[in-house]
Amino acid sequence: MNAVEFTGVSVRFGKRLALDGVSAGLKAGAVTGIIGPNGAGKTTLLRAALGLQDLSGGGIRILDKPLPSWSRQALAKAAAYLPQGGEARWPMAAEEVVLLGRLPYRTAFTAADAKDRKAAAEALARCDASVFGPRRMDELSAGERARVLFARALATGAAILMADEPAAFLDPSHQLRMMELLCEEARRGTAVAVTLHDLSLAARHCDEILVLHQGRREAEGTPSEALSDATLARVFRIARVADPAGLAAFTRI
Amino acid sequence: MDATVSTFRTQSATRDARLTLALLGLALVFGLWSFLLGPADFAPGALFAGLFDGQGTAGIVAQQIRLPRAALALVIGAALGGSGAALQGLFCNPLAEPGVTGVTSSAGLGAVIALYFGFAAVHPFALPGLAIAGALMAAAVLYLLSRSGAGAVALILTGVAIASFATALTALALSFSANPYAMSEMVMWMMGSLKDRTMNDLAYALPLVAAGLALLVSAARGLDALTLGEDAASSLGIDVAGVRGRVILGVALATGAATAAAGAVSFVGLVVPHLLRPFYGYRPARLILPSALGGAALVAAADVGLRLVAPDGQLLLGVITAMLGAPFFLWLILRMRRQP
Repeated sequence: MNAVEFTGVSVRFGKRLALDGVSAGLKAGAVTGIIGPNGAGKTTLLRAALGLQDLSGGGIRILDKPLPSWSRQALAKAAAYLPQGGEARWPMAAEEVVLLGRLPYRTAFTAADAKDRKAAAEALARCDASVFGPRRMDELSAGERARVLFARALATGAAILMADEPAAFLDPSHQLRMMELLCEEARRGTAVAVTLHDLSLAARHCDEILVLHQGRREAEGTPSEALSDATLARVFRIARVADPAGLAAFTRI
Repeated sequence: MDATVSTFRTQSATRDARLTLALLGLALVFGLWSFLLGPADFAPGALFAGLFDGQGTAGIVAQQIRLPRAALALVIGAALGGSGAALQGLFCNPLAEPGVTGVTSSAGLGAVIALYFGFAAVHPFALPGLAIAGALMAAAVLYLLSRSGAGAVALILTGVAIASFATALTALALSFSANPYAMSEMVMWMMGSLKDRTMNDLAYALPLVAAGLALLVSAARGLDALTLGEDAASSLGIDVAGVRGRVILGVALATGAATAAAGAVSFVGLVVPHLLRPFYGYRPARLILPSALGGAALVAAADVGLRLVAPDGQLLLGVITAMLGAPFFLWLILRMRRQP
């Protein structure tokens, strides 16, 4: 059973079909990379799965239940979302930002309890960001802020985690660290979906790849299946070249 | 893991509570001072006795002049402070404030229309009702603008336009009115004053401001989530449209009722949240209630101050808050420019 199941999902923005009959699945315990050129429908697919985007056709099942039957609050506990280019708009303390990930567990007038605080502190620790806890967001670097915001998404403890371009604007070391964090989260049984532009990051760190092109599913499978030469040429208009000097593959030290 | 958990501050909840109690105390001290201050020289004992038994001159002064003035200062201060904190949270913009964004002037316009075209005489709630309608319209325009992605500058410029437009229409309404004292009355609506307020003003302002502030507090959790952006807030289970609607309605209720009672008092909602952020931090929900209390203290203090400086009543409340608030506003803009 897939944690998220898309069946013939279509989304229309005016005349343009942003998603055109996409069928795909996100597996629990795996990192699924969603790749494709700009405007391929990657973000729209994630927003649709979160109920943030009305469908014009098809259906989505979350944890084997149809999306419309989920209440807002229950879905918030089941699926966490890290939007593209997300920032905290006030310079709050990092720990206050992470605690926002626990909002689905609180009603309008209850404060964070010990359990929320523990979940938030653990999420921050897993991102190696505990030392940032008391510091204000505007005192952190972009890479440090990205880790705090990622910890915010982890703090929810959701079964599904969707991250939209979490590696954008990060330096190579922070990009690799971000991918490692996504993989660690998947190893804990979470269904992780991540949109990426960097194909080598996707190829090396994702268990599954979904290739979108002009709103349609072009390929799906393991990186070696999905990133075939034919797909690369058709979708991205690029070709693989040999890298005999080994100058393009990196790891964190 | 325990070590990392212990680095998590206990959110200084007790410290927050102590600070908030101190703010409440401060507001009550200035409210009391305001009650004891006035041109008629009564001993505090006589005033308090008069407040409860209503006997003699002291009783009339205490019940019908001093009490409404002191209580209204606290009520409108709370309305403006709480509204400022909520608007800043909603727009994620430290310059947002009922006065700066034209909400107060529009409420003033509604109040003037109610008074000078006779609606206020038809029904006691026509005056606050039209003031709230004016505030609601201005807030709705700002809301639609912020939805279309307008930045801080566009928001403030729109506020300037709304305020100028409302002030012009207020002047127009007053020049059409048959009231020979219209010009002097106009000053009260445009500058704001607590002079000669009655228990009637308090009777409608108090419940409406309380309802408005309750709406704002109920939206506080949503304002916290909105600091992460709309999509992230929705994904956290927040009804974003509902939060925005509650804040707009709450600000319109509180600011509209305050303006109906005391005219346009600006900059309170701007200054108070900024003064409190060093103590409470930047999370919007944490600031709403303290800002309401701080606003109450500030307006009561300003009303005491202006009567100490000019006991003849020539100095208006709105003049004081604008004299202090406008330079503060400039300083804020300069500070924002320095930040990347």
